[in-house]
Amino acid sequence: MTIEELEQIAESVRAENAKYDFEVNVCMDLACSSQGSEKLREALVKAVEASGKTVLVRRTGCMGPCSAGPLVRVDPEETLYRHVNADHAEQIVSSLGGEPVPALQCDLSEHFDKQVRVVLENAGHIDPEKIDDYIARDGYKALLTALVEMTPGGVIHRITESRLRGRGGGGYPTGLKWSTVAKASGDQKYVVCNGDEGDPGAFMDRSVMEGDPHRVIEGMAIAAYAVGANKGFIYVRAEYPVAVARLTTALREARRRGLLGSNIGGTTFSFDVEIRLGAGAFVCGEETALIASIEGRRGTPKPRPPYPAVSGLWGKPTLINNVETYANIAPIVRNGGKWFADMGSERSKGTKVFALTGKIANTGLVEVPMGIKLREIIEEIGGGVPDGHKFKAVQTGGPSGGCIPAEMLDTGVSYDALMAMGSIMGSGGMIVMDDTSCMVNVARFFIEFCMTESCGKCIPCRAGTAQMHTLLTRICDGAGTLEDLELLEDLCSTVREASLCGLGQTAPNPVLSTLKYFRNEYIDHIVHKRCLAGVCKIEAPAETPVEVLA
Amino acid sequence: MRKNGFARHALIETLHTVQSSFGYLDDDAIRFVAASLRVPLSQAYGVVTFYHYFSLKPPGKHTVTICAGTACYIKGADKLVAAAEKRLGIAQGQTTKDGQISLMTARCVGACSRAPVILSDGAVAGEVTAEQMLEQLERWAVE
Repeated sequence: MTIEELEQIAESVRAENAKYDFEVNVCMDLACSSQGSEKLREALVKAVEASGKTVLVRRTGCMGPCSAGPLVRVDPEETLYRHVNADHAEQIVSSLGGEPVPALQCDLSEHFDKQVRVVLENAGHIDPEKIDDYIARDGYKALLTALVEMTPGGVIHRITESRLRGRGGGGYPTGLKWSTVAKASGDQKYVVCNGDEGDPGAFMDRSVMEGDPHRVIEGMAIAAYAVGANKGFIYVRAEYPVAVARLTTALREARRRGLLGSNIGGTTFSFDVEIRLGAGAFVCGEETALIASIEGRRGTPKPRPPYPAVSGLWGKPTLINNVETYANIAPIVRNGGKWFADMGSERSKGTKVFALTGKIANTGLVEVPMGIKLREIIEEIGGGVPDGHKFKAVQTGGPSGGCIPAEMLDTGVSYDALMAMGSIMGSGGMIVMDDTSCMVNVARFFIEFCMTESCGKCIPCRAGTAQMHTLLTRICDGAGTLEDLELLEDLCSTVREASLCGLGQTAPNPVLSTLKYFRNEYIDHIVHKRCLAGVCKIEAPAETPVEVLA
Repeated sequence: MRKNGFARHALIETLHTVQSSFGYLDDDAIRFVAASLRVPLSQAYGVVTFYHYFSLKPPGKHTVTICAGTACYIKGADKLVAAAEKRLGIAQGQTTKDGQISLMTARCVGACSRAPVILSDGAVAGEVTAEQMLEQLERWAVE
């Protein structure tokens, strides 16, 4: 496959699509498909056949505002319909060419206006199971351009210039990581895609893998060319069967088109990818644990250094990046590093995809430029907290992150700003909590999660999280003392300093951040024996006055 | 196993295939896989017990899985678990005595925007109320 051939395919797909007067795109992502969007699609196809209009009905990946699902978008008008079911199919089809159906129309301009789509540019526009759809939107152009016109060093230079940072949570500069692997000696190198989205409450990577799988594969192939690898692995959670199926299809199609395999694009570069399944272990999101899991062993982390960039999979230099990082690669190669670096804030460039969930009106996937204020995401894009409740906190970074209170909402989103607030960027889960959530209980929830997910290799994490859980449970039950709080803080610093891997080192974050911003709730539980959110069942109210320590 | 060329590192893949065919992994299956891939039985057993996804017990005829991810938790998944435990008289991770229904929790199924989410025999249902879930359990109890 050469660039000219790629262009020909793209042209023929565009010409084919141009034959249709309208395109009706049906979102098939989990949130919509769990509400019957497949039935809806069948009904639309039938209605189109009956009407005799030339309409293309397409299944697509996630369109974004899941709370309005099932979603249908009619192009070229870009009319978005919400809560559509199979009974509406005829109505929608008969409206084509005339006025849109007002009852179903969805005005989410405020939701979309502030978003910038790079990673999600194709989501909702292509059929994820058709490689030609991807090619028609400039897919694989970046790969072939890189192979033919650029040196591996040139590719790395472009990525470095873009100042892209790892989207898995740590925010390590991607260009630096690539050049380390490229410099490492050894004739066998690997690239690995971390699709073990273990962070509960986040589903960006799932949506990308399901909605635009070729983008991830293209990113990996470019990375492989840049660092000199010929073999790749995508590590996906077993809880995401659809993502596995879509990736399998995508890999097969890419091989068939000669975009994976031997001598890609007529060059000497060969590369192929295998899928590896996770089996439900949060710790496998950690690099060294992920490597152990790919090798078919228990997912326990190892001390670093040596870093995987030097000694990774089977002791060979290995590049590990997250799904969203790879999804950013093709546009950077296509548009240049400067284009990417022009977006975002001082030290965090580009865009970030967030999964907006919890007590918020518009739940779903959003992609925003770095540096945007949290308030804009929550109040404008997210539509605020529904049902007249009051915003209390937003949790980012999953079990490794923290809870950010209302008074900090005017902070711009960046790796460093979130870190300074005691949270982390994480993979991009953003869970909004209102006055019905008890922050002590939430802290206990996360510690319970870390306790069960701790692999047990190092003691600070294994025993520390268990002790923290005991203390938090005691406070939730109204049996805690103020000394417990001190002990809890002590434990937090021990676990943070002494744990082997990221899981343990960041496990105290939810506790520390709630202690910092919502200490009054802890005090309420301990001294006043009450839970104002009404979550914790404190049975015996304090009858005897509680001794307050100085 | 053949698909992966009997490679030792394909242990987890192989166990997935066995579990999806039989519903769980019993001692014989683990022994067979370990012997075929030439990995020590201790390693195979270690892997099975390390990962949550693998089950050593046969599942019930039907399985309800309640998502326990953060978004679901914030929207009251714990109440769903409590209601199901009360109705079925079992704790999470167990199967009713008559083998009809297994009650499981999942870490996160990635449908957070429709929290709370349950999986009824693998089918995703979002924004579930305790009543809806209990109705489903009643239907299963007699099926």
